[in-house]
Amino acid sequence: MIEYFNSFMIAVESLSKQKLRSALTLVGIVIGVSSIIGIMTTMEAIQTYMENSLSVLGSTVFQVQKTPFMNVGPSDRHKYQNRKDIKIEHADAIRDRAKKVANVGAEDWTYGRVIRYKKKSTEPVYLVSGATPEWSPNNGYYVDVGRFLTQLDVDYSRFVMVIGIEVVEDLFPFIYPIGETVKFEGRNFEVVGIIEEQGSEMGQSRNNMLVIPITVYQKIYGKEGSINITISAKSSELLNGAIDEIITIMRAVRKVAPGEDNDFEIFNSESLIAFWNDMSRNFKIGSILISFISLMVAGIGIMNIMMVSVTERTKEIGIRKALGARKKHILTQFLIEAVLLSLTGGLIGVILGVLLGNVVASLMNLSITIPWFWVVVGLIFCSLVGIASGFWPALKASRLDPIESLRFE
Amino acid sequence: MTLIDIEGVKKIYDLGAEKIHALDGVSLKIERGEYIAIMGPSGSGKSTIMNILGCLDTPTSGSYYFEDEEVSKMDDNQLAGIRNEKIGFVFQTFNLLPRISSLQNVELPLIYGGVSLESRRERAELVLERVGLGDRMNHKPNELSGGQRQRVAIARALANEPSIILADEPTGNLDSKTGEEIMVLFNEIHEAGNTIILVTHEEYIAENAHRIIRLHDGLIASDEVVRMHTMN
Repeated sequence: MIEYFNSFMIAVESLSKQKLRSALTLVGIVIGVSSIIGIMTTMEAIQTYMENSLSVLGSTVFQVQKTPFMNVGPSDRHKYQNRKDIKIEHADAIRDRAKKVANVGAEDWTYGRVIRYKKKSTEPVYLVSGATPEWSPNNGYYVDVGRFLTQLDVDYSRFVMVIGIEVVEDLFPFIYPIGETVKFEGRNFEVVGIIEEQGSEMGQSRNNMLVIPITVYQKIYGKEGSINITISAKSSELLNGAIDEIITIMRAVRKVAPGEDNDFEIFNSESLIAFWNDMSRNFKIGSILISFISLMVAGIGIMNIMMVSVTERTKEIGIRKALGARKKHILTQFLIEAVLLSLTGGLIGVILGVLLGNVVASLMNLSITIPWFWVVVGLIFCSLVGIASGFWPALKASRLDPIESLRFE
Repeated sequence: MTLIDIEGVKKIYDLGAEKIHALDGVSLKIERGEYIAIMGPSGSGKSTIMNILGCLDTPTSGSYYFEDEEVSKMDDNQLAGIRNEKIGFVFQTFNLLPRISSLQNVELPLIYGGVSLESRRERAELVLERVGLGDRMNHKPNELSGGQRQRVAIARALANEPSIILADEPTGNLDSKTGEEIMVLFNEIHEAGNTIILVTHEEYIAENAHRIIRLHDGLIASDEVVRMHTMN
């Protein structure tokens, strides 16, 4: 035991005597480890967020859209673009026929809009949703003050508006907003409700929303284009049944021939999580591969520097052998040196990676995480790289002939 | 008591085209407490006998008993053990590790001997004081004069309380005054009961020893006990 402790001390000493060289050798390891730890930290933060926020959204809610959540490639894009648009009528058809659903809402979104009150005008930052009354329970946004949109608002295309808390702060710092008239897209709207304050998601505020009846929305922005249909099943047990039901109804309404693919997409929180996991898995594999390669390269760097070190210190090895160092002493000394070198790089890499990942995570307003699993994996792998790359030079050192080595200048 | 007993030792270097007989059948007995100088011109086999006596090398043939243990049959690790426990080397070029202090240099053989940190430090300090470097323990070799460096090397050789001190041209890199001081130290060490073998080509250095062995062409040319000059 004492021998290994001594080998360790000798290794620490000789590394610290060669600071610049040691530091340069570390760079590769630091980059390799910090990139993987950084990516894993960010991914884990996003994952935690996704799971939390999507489960808040409710396990019974799902959406019908024209195109997938994210387009896979340019060739597919064309195929999705050519699909028939999804219209309010589809939502109505579902609402009439489906038995397993609680709420069926039609909604559409746009962003970067301005709103005016008297002389005051806001920045073009608002998120606008055209909605039906089901929007509120389906999205999990509830009105705090006043009321939400009603079916009558939708049916009669009333110019009424429900606003988020940021809009209140911007336009009505000292005035009770309910009943006030605001100017939006050149028309007058009556403010009828305020949505309770929401947390922000992925760095995006959810308090800057304007919600108007979807019929009014289409008067402003036109009837062209596709809407989303948001549906909640009566219970989570009924979710899959509800999805099947909706697929059947949509296929019938849109006259999709039997045997053909759906010309619409369905998402729920589970499929979004699954999609995310799918995407992040590829991303993780990619980053593991890159880190692996950079650690391999770094390992070759360590091997090289250890080779140089052994040659340079031939005399030292000769002296140590003359004084009674056995092969294992010399072997462990150089092996520990290599492991220490790569492990130091690994530790710096872990710290940098966790910092970097959390900086990215906090830019996206995500909570801070440390991917312990990957920290451990990274450090173990670094030790292995150290052992693998240090073994040959260390073996070479331990086999040096003491007489020859003592003669070396 | 016989410390070293070598019998018909040959060392042959096979260079392919020719075989070099560095030692051509050397027999030698060394008793405990002796003070020996090995002399000879270069190529006489001086270094070879030194390496074999120091267990850095093994003979091609012949036997070598060190304290009744047959060294000539030992493997590398066993030889390392003998070097560590029984032999203290002093080299012409000092061979200190440049980046560590005198104290750490002296501790080296104790580390490989598995001595614990505390007693290691204690013993290293003790021998450094003994060679007159009590105030230079934390100096690195490049902060010391040549004579002081050789004193550190001697302290290192003494650290494990070896059976024999093997000094290879210990004054070769020193001016004559410093060389004399080092020889005074060797004489003191011998008087304290240590066995010393000096390898040298300087007649006046060899005169410190009790017994002078002269080598020529891999054979012992003469082996004589001489009268001491400096014994008072």
